[in-house]
Amino acid sequence: MTIDVPTSRRALPQLQPVSFIGADGQPADVPADGLTIPSDRTLLGLYQKMVQVRRFEAQVTHLTRQGRLATYPSAAGQEAIEVGATTALAPNDWLFPTYRDSASLLTRGVPVTEILAAFRGDWHCGFDPNEYHTSPAATPLATQTLHATGFAMAAKLKGEDACTLTFLGDGASSEGDTHEAFNFASVWQTPTVFVLQNNQYAISTPLREQSNATMLADRAAGYGMPGLRVDGNDIAAVFAAVTAALERARNGEGPTLIECLTYRMESHTNSDDPTKYRDAEEVEHWKQFDPIDRLEKHLRTAGVLDDETAAEITASAEELATSVRDAMNTEAEVDPSELFAYVYANPRANLIAQQGKLEAELAAAAQS
Amino acid sequence: MTVTALTTAEDVPAPASVTMTKALNQALRDSLAEDDTVLVFGEDVGRLGGVFRVTEGLRKEFGPERVWDSPLAESGIVGTAIGMAMAGMRPVIEMQFDAYAYPAFEQIVSHVAKMRNRTKGHVSLPITIRIPYAGDIGGVEHHSDSSEAYWCSTPGLTVVTPSNPADAYSLLRESVASEDPVIFMEPKSRYWMKDKLSLPVQTAPMDRAQVVREGSDVTLLTYGPTVRTALAAAEDGAEHGLSIEVIDLRSLSPFDDETVSASVRKTSRAAIIHEAAQFGGYGAEVAARVTEANFTHLSAPILRITGFDVPYPSPKLEEYFLPTAERILDALESWDWEL
Repeated sequence: MTIDVPTSRRALPQLQPVSFIGADGQPADVPADGLTIPSDRTLLGLYQKMVQVRRFEAQVTHLTRQGRLATYPSAAGQEAIEVGATTALAPNDWLFPTYRDSASLLTRGVPVTEILAAFRGDWHCGFDPNEYHTSPAATPLATQTLHATGFAMAAKLKGEDACTLTFLGDGASSEGDTHEAFNFASVWQTPTVFVLQNNQYAISTPLREQSNATMLADRAAGYGMPGLRVDGNDIAAVFAAVTAALERARNGEGPTLIECLTYRMESHTNSDDPTKYRDAEEVEHWKQFDPIDRLEKHLRTAGVLDDETAAEITASAEELATSVRDAMNTEAEVDPSELFAYVYANPRANLIAQQGKLEAELAAAAQS
Repeated sequence: MTVTALTTAEDVPAPASVTMTKALNQALRDSLAEDDTVLVFGEDVGRLGGVFRVTEGLRKEFGPERVWDSPLAESGIVGTAIGMAMAGMRPVIEMQFDAYAYPAFEQIVSHVAKMRNRTKGHVSLPITIRIPYAGDIGGVEHHSDSSEAYWCSTPGLTVVTPSNPADAYSLLRESVASEDPVIFMEPKSRYWMKDKLSLPVQTAPMDRAQVVREGSDVTLLTYGPTVRTALAAAEDGAEHGLSIEVIDLRSLSPFDDETVSASVRKTSRAAIIHEAAQFGGYGAEVAARVTEANFTHLSAPILRITGFDVPYPSPKLEEYFLPTAERILDALESWDWEL
């Protein structure tokens, strides 16, 4: 009996996360793994978006505490991934976000009211996915990774120039769907980029109890897919890595897994109590790696950001916050008949009958 | 909703003996030929043509970009089909056996069923999920489940099941053409059933039940594998002077209240027959809704003649578990006919 022994295998990612701009704003002394730092002009645009996104997250979290929204999972601290990865997409590409990726929806151009509809409780998905080339934010863990893979497979079969990018977290990396998606995408060589936001916690469960892998990016090798690990708080590294992965995908070279190391600065949602599972010192520690501070230092040193521009950017973020407040301080108008309107394309007798009963109930209530 | 591209009367070939497997195969072939967005993938559906040969020859005819073998992961198959449907495709996917669809439960229930509603109708998922189901084939454990109640209790899904080759063809064509996702349940024990027919064939619309035998004393409501059993009971009953009407439900969700109520009001008695366990089963819903709609027309409670409330048994115990014509007639006899 003879067995074909492979002569090479896909290499594991480099151990040190790729980073261009260190936490102190100075050039990071880390091998670039073949990636190129984006131009300062590109970085300035990304900086503005990150400042806006952070203000957005703070405003929405505040409104949630006031009771204007039912719940809100903030991505504060993860702005470099939300903005960097999403900005790298072309308009024809499709984004497959999760519940923690409102900031990516904002970056993608989805209007504030439509993003927050799910959390205010108006409707499960407030936007038309086809309009923004963005899937509804997935609430079940990891299921969207397969949707992104399937969408990319269809694009490949049709010969369309469309890639897909999906976010997932360190917790979701334990779900079976994640493994199935990595495998399907690699076997089918779909143009898909998996952006794994390793923010250290799945609600309360720390990474060390989630996975015993040296690093989550290592898993890519097992599926015959390139994987790399980047400093998820360095938007230059995130943007460069996603841009390169999308280019590979567009060239027919298949999927990529990018693990972005970061930290969830806020609680899981407003109903969570992080004091039960992590120390204030740990949160404090991560503040020194802040994605916005370091980019600001870099841009000021490079001479592309001055006080005047910084003030303009802050003002634009405040303007956004005002629009969020205005949008959320109006009552959502809901229509009970919509309960029945979209379940099936083909109308059903039992739904028509139930809608009739509800409408009669409402009419009776209105008269009494 | 309509099945197009049916041949005209002159083109129809002479009736031939057609198995349900062959009818399903032809339905897939015609769907693939008619619509470029139709894709067929799943476990072993390409080279092998499926473990039941339902997809035989399709890969060769349409190529591996339309019909292919996927990795062995049911959630992956359904999850990627969702993405493909979002991109404008019309996937027809196979879960190899009933119990092997369970890994895909989350994708089916949380996404296939809900995407259209979640997106206010902006994203429909025209996916057909073929599930060979039920027993009576001497299968080892996990190869004979009747999982219909899980799917039927999920708003957003359409669930149909044929009991004969003609319906197998027509219902599958209509399912593939539907904008709504369809759970298409294929009764394994009927795969090899033959009927004389000419394909293509268009039977009743997919949301309608069919009276398959007329009678006046009692209505038997059933579907898929047990339609044959109910017809046998009707035949035997006739010898004892009992006139039994048999309805093949065909569509489990939605439920054809109109056809069923008309029959029950005529006979005033009904029994529901299925292989699945009784407790919380599909028959419970049928009994409840038929009673609610027809209480004053009924002269006896609606009976359920089903599999026992036990896990599906080993092959040598199947015969004790499955509803038989005799068990049906015994149950009917237990009614108080003088009410």
